[in-house]
Amino acid sequence: MTAGSMGDISRLWRDERSRGVIFQLMLVLGLALFIAFIVSNTIANLQSANLASGYKFLKDTASFDINQRLIEYSSTSTYRRALVVGGLNTILVAALGIAMATLLGFVAGVLRLSPNFLINRIVGIYIEVTRNVPVLLQIIFWWVILLALPKVRESLKIGDTIFLNNSGISTPAPVFLEGFSFVLIALAVGLLGTFVIARWSRSRQAATGQTFSVGWTSLTLIVGLPLVTFFAAGQPLDWNVPVANRFGRLRGGVSITPELIALWLALSVYTGAFIAEIVRAGIQSVSKGQTEAASALGLPRGLTMRKIVLPQALRVIIPPLTSQYLNLTKNSSLAVAIGYQDIVSIGDTVLNQSGQALEVISIFMGFYLTLSIVTSLFMNWYNKRIALVER
Amino acid sequence: MTDQAFHRSQSEMLGERPPPANSVGVIGWMRRNLFSSATNTLVTILSLVLLWWIVPPLFNWVFFDASYSGSVGADCVGHGACWAWLDQRIDQFLYGFYPPESYWRVNLSVILLVPALAFVLFDRLPGAKYGRWYSLAYPFIAAILLVGGFGLEGVTTDKFGGFMLNLVAGVAGIALSLPIGILLALGRRSKLPLIRWLSVGFIEFIRGVPLITLLFVAVIILQLFLPSEVSLDQLLRVMIMITLFASGYMAEVIRGGLQAIPKGQYEAAEAMGLRYWQSMRLIILPQALKISIPGIVNTFIGLFKDTTLLIIIGLFDILGQARLLQTNQDWIGKVDHETFLLAALFFFVICFSMSRYSLKLEKRLDTTRR
Amino acid sequence: MKMKLITGAVAAAGLMAISATANTAHAGTLDDVRAAGELKCGINTGLPGFAFTDDSGNWQGFDVAFCKALAAAVLGDTSKIKYVSLTGKNRFPALTSGEIDVLSRNTTWTFSRDVDLGFTFVGVNYYDGQGFIGRTKLGVKSAKELDGASICIQTGTTTELNLADFARDNKIEYEPVPIETNAEARAAYEAERCDVYTTDASGLAATKATFDDPENHMVFPEIVSKEPLGPLVRQGDDQWADIARWTLNVLINAEELGITRANAAELAKGTDNPAINRILGSEGSMGEMLGLSKDWAVNAISAEGNYAEIFDKYVGPDTPLGLARGLNALYKDGGILYAPPIR
Repeated sequence: MTAGSMGDISRLWRDERSRGVIFQLMLVLGLALFIAFIVSNTIANLQSANLASGYKFLKDTASFDINQRLIEYSSTSTYRRALVVGGLNTILVAALGIAMATLLGFVAGVLRLSPNFLINRIVGIYIEVTRNVPVLLQIIFWWVILLALPKVRESLKIGDTIFLNNSGISTPAPVFLEGFSFVLIALAVGLLGTFVIARWSRSRQAATGQTFSVGWTSLTLIVGLPLVTFFAAGQPLDWNVPVANRFGRLRGGVSITPELIALWLALSVYTGAFIAEIVRAGIQSVSKGQTEAASALGLPRGLTMRKIVLPQALRVIIPPLTSQYLNLTKNSSLAVAIGYQDIVSIGDTVLNQSGQALEVISIFMGFYLTLSIVTSLFMNWYNKRIALVER
Repeated sequence: MTDQAFHRSQSEMLGERPPPANSVGVIGWMRRNLFSSATNTLVTILSLVLLWWIVPPLFNWVFFDASYSGSVGADCVGHGACWAWLDQRIDQFLYGFYPPESYWRVNLSVILLVPALAFVLFDRLPGAKYGRWYSLAYPFIAAILLVGGFGLEGVTTDKFGGFMLNLVAGVAGIALSLPIGILLALGRRSKLPLIRWLSVGFIEFIRGVPLITLLFVAVIILQLFLPSEVSLDQLLRVMIMITLFASGYMAEVIRGGLQAIPKGQYEAAEAMGLRYWQSMRLIILPQALKISIPGIVNTFIGLFKDTTLLIIIGLFDILGQARLLQTNQDWIGKVDHETFLLAALFFFVICFSMSRYSLKLEKRLDTTRR
Repeated sequence: MKMKLITGAVAAAGLMAISATANTAHAGTLDDVRAAGELKCGINTGLPGFAFTDDSGNWQGFDVAFCKALAAAVLGDTSKIKYVSLTGKNRFPALTSGEIDVLSRNTTWTFSRDVDLGFTFVGVNYYDGQGFIGRTKLGVKSAKELDGASICIQTGTTTELNLADFARDNKIEYEPVPIETNAEARAAYEAERCDVYTTDASGLAATKATFDDPENHMVFPEIVSKEPLGPLVRQGDDQWADIARWTLNVLINAEELGITRANAAELAKGTDNPAINRILGSEGSMGEMLGLSKDWAVNAISAEGNYAEIFDKYVGPDTPLGLARGLNALYKDGGILYAPPIR
């Protein structure tokens, strides 16, 4: 190498931009080598162990049963269908959990600031205990609690239609008869009408200050209209009521397994405690002057909380709330501990039967990544919507 | 006050009268805090009912009706908890399969951990300068103590278990993830697009998948990625994945710290003619890490709780030990709840105290910044 | 502050690196085991009678006893074993990757595992089959009458598949209640979350024995699957497979010939029975042919005794499991245990 080229190189290195390019190229090269190393090892190992790779196994027959399925499935279905059933079960428990955790978290967060000493402390204990005990233990705890419910033959029941026992909850399932679509149309009309009226009343209040009681009108529209249609159409609805078979098991209707309930409760209670702390911090972040101004205007405490404090607190609350939602979804993968058949639990069985570890685990990861991205996108959109509009 | 009471004016001030009896003392406190309004009273009564419903039965089960002695599950009679196993099994709950004659090594590493942590977490300790070197050396000391070497008898990692395994996994995971997390956080804020994208991709991937899937990778497929001559210890593979997992979260905590540093600091460092790494090392990171400590502690709490997932992949952490006892013929069906309750208590004590500490630190850092 | 944190963390990287052990696999398992000075044996994470820990944290059990016999045969020492506890999921990858030398974890010998997954089963040490246990008060006498029942099963095992097959075959509609572990399945069954619990017959007997009211439960007559359980090794190392296979056969032959833990050393000095002499090394050179020492079989038997002794110690009638020999009796005693002769 000549002295000149040495100089060129050192000049290149001293220039910040070209150094950045070189640095990045080196990184990419290193990464590519690393990936090549892993891939070649994997291929060699798979070959020496005589293992097939690829996703063709998804078309094979699953030959195991699943007790909770939102779509048609039997033991003659394929692995792919089994995994879809599992994925839907994960989404179900995550959605239920998010709704319940949010409710619980907001209530607990507000109560944590309650002037009532006793409730304030009880909520405090709830938050600290659940936040500091591993969620896996809590899932098992709720499952054990539910096992202690009455046995099937001694079910707690409401009028022989709704049953509660340690095998879950059974309720009648609606059977829609011909003509029920009219009721649905009526409901849609009611919802649309409410939406229009709410907009109109808001703009009128902004313009004139007059308020209009949206509550009663919307109730009439959303409940009354469909109800009238329902009777007018000749009650096109039947109920499939659960009936006990000779084992005392309730078949028919809708039944919710205790595993789903346990997981749902555990996830909501656990995440609810984190949300409560987020809500409390959010409320405390709203300056005291706002509350004082509201009470000076004569707003009652409840209304102040709903109309003044929470909307402002929400801006602080939403970003951390998003990550709690994501955590809840990810924690639902612990369902495997109590036998709730989510995607991981079913994937486990698939993995065991087919031996396709790489493929099954990549499906897990792809699934959760997709869920995470969708949740994040939605929450970001919501966050933008409620963000402070700076004028 | 006698006949003067009827005069319209008086020369001396009246003595301060005590407040009404119902506004002071226990009664006053209760009126103010428990029965100030109808709703409040209702809430109080409901709370009392709730407590009455939960607390006495719980205490009866845990303490008063419990059996404390016996050598097999059948010795536990009555409706209370069965604690008879504690005598024989508590060592395994704490130390796993670690050789009993070497328990002192585990104890010593835990004791040595306390000052090592203290020098990192507290600023104004005496001898902090040497203390930091000690914190630096601690991981090596602990590793030698636990696995052996330098005259200590070797202990293989399959002997690690019980609560000690949770601690090792949690502490090592967080310590190892710190440097990776710092690099990722800097990478995410880098001006070089490739580095930024790679960092973002890695962080979001790690944060988007559940830990359990990464642990499956560790026990089932990580071995596939390596040349067939190399076989890594199972615990080591698990530690690699736990570390990667923790570094994704660590990176976000540190990024928060970096973002909180005023822009002036960056500009000043540049104006001083410091290069990128110099300015990071000397100016930015010391400040960013300091305000990140509460977040790091919270990440640790989360990771520590997550170490319970080790049971799902067949390692004998404290829950694994609990399950071993539950499947033992002598105890089967008798200790299902008790063993898990004890494990929950262990976690609660540690996590609760750490979260208190982090809260306190957060407040203190908050005031110093204003 | 920063220096302390960064460098502290970098230093921590040493913690685990020290425990890293890079060893060579596939170079001949016997040589590997000898070089490492220990046998890496894959076992269950906890199964009553088959793999469990005693009060001092030592592994015991029917499956563990095979590890000990093998370690004794190869290394002459039952303490030189590294037990690797494996779940249903990671047991096969662990064997494939060389993390363990032998898997002794109540694993069913099936076609696909032997052929497709690339393992060699060295024999059967327990003939099992899947059965059902239910409450007598159900009034059900057979598994075929279970239409409409809720059935507890452990997930991730062949039991799930066998149950689905059985149900399809007999037109039974049932609610599967999948549960992760035996302990939880037992708890669920006891709380009547399910009417029936299905698992391997050995597990059923063990479970039944632990109920407060065993007389109120019955094991149904149907055995819905064949579950020959046995140890397995990686395919492709015939010498190692032979060692494992013949260690198992020695234990069974020892029972047949009346060689016990107590008298093995004594008989090894020479007897009038040439079959015993060949096994114990006073005649012939069986040990050398396997690449082991002359007294390999004496060591294997001295570890935990012959097959009958192991069976009686961990799962037999006098243990909490209380299993009868049944199919697992010697062919002479009405069972199907028949080990090829050592000659």
